[in-house]
Amino acid sequence: MPGRSRTSLWLVAALVAGSFGALTVGPYPLGLGEAISILAGGGGEGRAETVLLSIRLPRVAAALLVGAALAAAGACYQTLFRNPLVSPDILGVSAGAGLGAVLGIFLSLPVVAIQLMGFAGGLGAVALVGFVAASVRVGDRTLILVLAGVVVGALTGAATSLLKVLADPYDQLPAITFWLLGSLAGVKTEDILPAAPVVLAGLVPLVLLRWRINVLALGDEEARALGVEAGRLRPVVIVCATLITASVVAVAGVVGWVGLVIPHIARMIVGPGFGRLLPAAALLGAGYMLAVDTLARTISAVEVPLGILTAVVGAPFFLWLLGRGRRVWA
Amino acid sequence: MGMTVETRQLAIGYPGHEVGSGIALGAGPGEVLCLLGPNGSGKTTLFKTLLGLIPARGGEVLLGGRPLAALARAEIATRAAYVPQAHAAPFAYPVLEVVTMGRTARLGLFSQPGEADRAAALRALARLRIEDLAEDDYTRLSGGQRQLVLVARALAQETPVLIMDEPTASLDFGNQTLVLREIAGLAADGLTVILSTHDPDHAFAVGTGVALLHEGRVRATGAPRDALTGEALSAVYGVDVQVEALADGRTVCVPSLARDAA
Repeated sequence: MPGRSRTSLWLVAALVAGSFGALTVGPYPLGLGEAISILAGGGGEGRAETVLLSIRLPRVAAALLVGAALAAAGACYQTLFRNPLVSPDILGVSAGAGLGAVLGIFLSLPVVAIQLMGFAGGLGAVALVGFVAASVRVGDRTLILVLAGVVVGALTGAATSLLKVLADPYDQLPAITFWLLGSLAGVKTEDILPAAPVVLAGLVPLVLLRWRINVLALGDEEARALGVEAGRLRPVVIVCATLITASVVAVAGVVGWVGLVIPHIARMIVGPGFGRLLPAAALLGAGYMLAVDTLARTISAVEVPLGILTAVVGAPFFLWLLGRGRRVWA
Repeated sequence: MGMTVETRQLAIGYPGHEVGSGIALGAGPGEVLCLLGPNGSGKTTLFKTLLGLIPARGGEVLLGGRPLAALARAEIATRAAYVPQAHAAPFAYPVLEVVTMGRTARLGLFSQPGEADRAAALRALARLRIEDLAEDDYTRLSGGQRQLVLVARALAQETPVLIMDEPTASLDFGNQTLVLREIAGLAADGLTVILSTHDPDHAFAVGTGVALLHEGRVRATGAPRDALTGEALSAVYGVDVQVEALADGRTVCVPSLARDAA
């Protein structure tokens, strides 16, 4: 459809322009021309080059990656669970990643190990949810999966709270709190490089299977009557979306609201068809996170945690959606 | 290409809860088998078992002579299409996309529906005279329109067997007639149709065979006029029913409204 491809073209153009804009904003002023010439390899003043290449570029790239990944995973989970109020955290991935990373901070492990533990914690929590749901043999499978997610999320949350109580209040507790609210402060190229391929590896099957995932939104029974092996497809989608979420949560910490609100906006623009929803959500999520992170590092001298900004922007917006957007899922 | 559907000593139900047993039914190309029975008599459970959506608790279902249990999901979906009762969709898919979903079993694992699939979906919409709904949101349709869209989706599936769970339940008088006429036309084209209905008159109108289901067992089966006698209907539904022949040879069923009739 020409109108829709034009929409995504606009989104891409706005995203590129926004990224360049974000590169020039910050405590150390950089001109757009200077930034482009450094990026093109033309060099520049030494300090400008360091600021751009080692600080801002990784951060902008990380914001784009995190936003795109969370929104894509959110679109996935919402379609899969046939519920627009579902976020990527539904199966406990954020809670699990939080516990893993907090444990890493508590044990004073190096940054890479903290990220790895976050990643492993996220996957572990969802695996536990899947295991619990699979061992319950009665009732609505989707409902049991969601309830298992609530239970595992509560348990990991309790464990995280315990670690916070036990943690060193001057050294570890601020780091834990900051991590649990999400932040891209101090993100380096080495942090993004391992996460990006995992996000991509999770996205590829979702893109390839997009029509079948679409059919799954009718519910397992109908999807099966239409020839979709729902029982096999569903775990594949969950694993992919979990990989995507866990790998960016490991980099950025727990950033709420993006995976819930952005797929809604995407659905309002391109409709619920998953083949269009997935790329639209990823683009919008990238743009949203770029804007929020740029605010987070410029709004005041002190870094504002991302989770605070995404909630402040996201929550009222979501209320507004509930009021006017009812028809989106009526 | 016609295809028979047959059940042998079929037991249906869920783990720990048997809904019905000893069900022996059959329908072949050009036939319309109408399933009647009170609420909770096991009609929907039977349909889900016929489609392999829930496993048989005993006995077997044969689709085109082959046991259902030996067929893959996509093989079943290219043989038999399912029209569920009209429902709410969670997201506002355009009608054309919902109908195009009927093509899924013909697509490769990673494929998207193409022009031929869209054309098949449009043909199905046109056959039910709802092509002007193609771009509308499914969620905004009335219950009756949704039902028609689900019938269209089953037609787009282009299967030799159609299994319809109360296809006329939420339709107005005119659309009931439209769908019944369409069902008769599909059977005339060589399809095998199995449907459930709450209206015995529909069985008289389009049924080549009926099965009267009560508490999970087939109480009567055969041609509509043989099986749907006043006594049989009265016994199963618990109200006094008379079956009358019209002057033009058609048969209608008239329940008594007198309070002491039952």
